[in-house]
Amino acid sequence: MSGASFDVAPGECLALIGESGCGKSVLASALLGLLPANARTAGHAHLGGLDLLTAGERTLARTVRGRRVGLVPQSPAAHLTPVRTIRSHLEETVAHLTGVRGRAARRAAAEQAAHRTEFPLDHLDRHPHELSGGLAQRAATALALVGDAPLLLADEPTTGLDRDLVDRTVDELRRHVDDGHALLMITHDLTAAERIADRVAVMYAGRIVELTDAARFFGTPGPRHPYSRGLLEALPERSFTPVPGLPPELGSLPEGCAFAPRCDRATDACAALPPFEHTVACHHPVTATPADTPTAARTPEDTRA
Amino acid sequence: MLELRAVTAGYDRRAPVVRDANLTVAPGEAVGLLGPSGCGKSTLARVAALLHRPDAGEIVLDGTPVRGFRHRAPREQRTAIGVVFQQPRLAADPRLRLADLIAEPLRATGRRASAADRVAGLADTVGLTPDLLGRRPHEVSDGQLQRACLARALALHPRWLVCDEMTAMLDASTTAALVRVVEDYRASTGAGLLSVGHDRTLLNRWCDRTVPWEAVAAS
Repeated sequence: MSGASFDVAPGECLALIGESGCGKSVLASALLGLLPANARTAGHAHLGGLDLLTAGERTLARTVRGRRVGLVPQSPAAHLTPVRTIRSHLEETVAHLTGVRGRAARRAAAEQAAHRTEFPLDHLDRHPHELSGGLAQRAATALALVGDAPLLLADEPTTGLDRDLVDRTVDELRRHVDDGHALLMITHDLTAAERIADRVAVMYAGRIVELTDAARFFGTPGPRHPYSRGLLEALPERSFTPVPGLPPELGSLPEGCAFAPRCDRATDACAALPPFEHTVACHHPVTATPADTPTAARTPEDTRA
Repeated sequence: MLELRAVTAGYDRRAPVVRDANLTVAPGEAVGLLGPSGCGKSTLARVAALLHRPDAGEIVLDGTPVRGFRHRAPREQRTAIGVVFQQPRLAADPRLRLADLIAEPLRATGRRASAADRVAGLADTVGLTPDLLGRRPHEVSDGQLQRACLARALALHPRWLVCDEMTAMLDASTTAALVRVVEDYRASTGAGLLSVGHDRTLLNRWCDRTVPWEAVAAS
């Protein structure tokens, strides 16, 4: 991924959406310093006064992970240790991240952490495989919240869950946002994003192509980038038409706009990389919602070069 | 017809996951089976795909009762059903290139000679580019791997398709693309479909009729 710029404020949720394999999870790993050794990063990711991208492993391990950035993982069942109970997970995390000492105090703090995400206390002594998907999700969220990190990073927290469970998980995350946490939610689930997000960032081929207010994105006037529009139109409650073609290889991106080969609005101008202007990086952003005026929507807006 | 009659199935005879399930899919029909996670719908899908032997009940495939399941199913019944699972990573041998993954059913049924042509055709159908066919599963995205798994399911021209949460791991665009591939295949061959899932909006849009889990199996 390259050239991604965005910010998340306390009490705000930014949803980062895009197709699988577009580089979303690489971003999350970069922010936590979990990229493999052969990865290269450039730029800055400021959290308070600390730059996450240049911070050393020692700083990341001792002051960032869990303490300043909490991770809600993609697959909670895989994230939890299979041979240990949820109580044991929570107590270890409490001991590691907080100043709580003593067995009784640790036990109380663990139960309190479980309570925060409404994890039922009578399930605390169960192992991960004895939990349903929803409860495993709550356990993982409880672990992410133990260190009271101001920034929560949720990487595809709803993949594979059914709709009711997605709604519940998302509503719970939203509650933590309303409690003053900042939340960066990485997801390909547009319905979940619509439910939770204040703002939406759309990623395509490693770049953020649109960053806008969630209400405007999902409602009117709708997305402005042709890719965002295509992604939204692919939903079964909309026209259910896929974006034609496949996403490009991140290793060999075309010069210019990476979406141009799949785009019905592409022209010669798209051979140059579109700068990110206002809310969108596109030479021909959509100006009207396609449903209203299909012909007018095809007239490219006169963008300044 | 693909008929499930009074099927009881599970992994422990004392505690079956599915009790007394009845479901019929007519030729050319698309049936969506809607249920929450953990209700047993995947188990029923495995039974319908002849991949799990029920404790009780009967499966009738095109008028012939099924006598054996998994490797004991007779080849003409086994190959009449194509299956796509929820998690492509778990459904793909990590050692195989995508081309070999798609060709596996062809080779297993003595169609080795025609495999290369058929794989190229299938790859085109599901929208995989030739350079992706030379890669192994860890080198492609979930969406690309699921395209290969769908191509594999279509390789033997099945009369029936069983899709168990085929799109649960995928983004909206890939979901729409794969559903279109399935529907194009069904339109050209008249194959029947049993699609199992939890997304009501998706199944209503995709299938001729959607049945809730409660209407199929006893609680």
